[in-house]
Amino acid sequence: MRYSRDDETPNDELPMKTDQIIDNLAAALAPVRVLRPPAVRALLWLAVVGVVSAALILRFTQWGAILPRLQTPRVALETAATALTAITATIAAFELSIPDRSPRWAWLPVPTLLVWLAASGLGCLTNGLGTHGADGPMGESAHCFVFITGASVPLAIGLFWMLRRARPLDALPVAAIGTLGVAATSAFVLQFFHPFDVTVIDLALHLAAIGLVVLIGTALRRPLLDASGDQR
Amino acid sequence: MLRDQAWSQLMRAAQAGDRAAYSRLLREITPFIRSMLRRHCSHTQDIEEMVQDTLLTLHRVRRTYDPKRPFSPWLASIAARRGIDGLRRRSRVARHEISTEFEAYETFADPAANSDIEALGAPEEVEQLLQRLPPRQRQALEALKLKELSLKEAAALSGQSVGALKVNTHRAIKALRALFPGR
Repeated sequence: MRYSRDDETPNDELPMKTDQIIDNLAAALAPVRVLRPPAVRALLWLAVVGVVSAALILRFTQWGAILPRLQTPRVALETAATALTAITATIAAFELSIPDRSPRWAWLPVPTLLVWLAASGLGCLTNGLGTHGADGPMGESAHCFVFITGASVPLAIGLFWMLRRARPLDALPVAAIGTLGVAATSAFVLQFFHPFDVTVIDLALHLAAIGLVVLIGTALRRPLLDASGDQR
Repeated sequence: MLRDQAWSQLMRAAQAGDRAAYSRLLREITPFIRSMLRRHCSHTQDIEEMVQDTLLTLHRVRRTYDPKRPFSPWLASIAARRGIDGLRRRSRVARHEISTEFEAYETFADPAANSDIEALGAPEEVEQLLQRLPPRQRQALEALKLKELSLKEAAALSGQSVGALKVNTHRAIKALRALFPGR
């Protein structure tokens, strides 16, 4: 009843023939600029984010408090794993946005994510349930939550704007992995404004913030990534 | 291999705006897409819908094809994705439809509610009513309401403008209401 094979609908304008669709698409063809390879686009994005993050870190970090922390192996490992998760998740999201790339790219950030979680968890073992101040029942931990979610919003908008250009066929993994990269970027910058050890509450709120960012980004994947109506 | 290179060159020309190359490419790849989808689905009409969806998607994402890479895997990924979507859509529809050999028109508990259905008769009569619509109205109704395409996709398919599609769909529904028996 809808569109059918050419040989099934002789002498009738409807249902629309595949041949006719081809004619319409060819008639509507406009030249397009070929997208750069996804790895190049990912690195461009990471370069921009890296410059902005470096500027913020240099401007606001209390180096006297942060440097001794970064010299401890566990914190150095956690910080490096956070940065690598941000980088690998971003690269994976760009790769996944192109039709002929393997879905196995989704696994790229997993090893560093596990290291990041393990290193954070290790910190909790020594710090327990303590809080870092008198700012409400959760102390400074609540600020961390606000920082990760707040910083992720503009980052996610920028990243999705770039990913959208590829019109991903399957937006779900692109959105989920992309927002993981965004949340990891925020968490990495947070390390430099976090001159105290991670507690269980810290870790729980960090994870909640990252989960929330991924959840919202994934839920909004259609309006943010699906440009199915665009023809050019 | 040679075929892939030829398609790759045609796609590169299409990306630069060469309509003749694009038309030739789409005609050449259509049997390839059809045979690929036939491996996963045996229903001819569904396959053709998936072929058409694949062509539309290819058009939409044509900028993502990198001419340095082979063309066939890129095309196959698009066809596979549209095939999966098509099968999902089919199973969704199948869950809400009952296939029966009996004349099971008595669908509502209230007998009065069945009068329209009975008056209307078999689905063939619905098809006949659709056939009585002007072609462009029928085309708009099928694309937007039956195939559930977006306005821009329907516009690309039908060659009608978005505004014309809206007007024709509205007029088609109005005309169908008038054609319904007892209304």
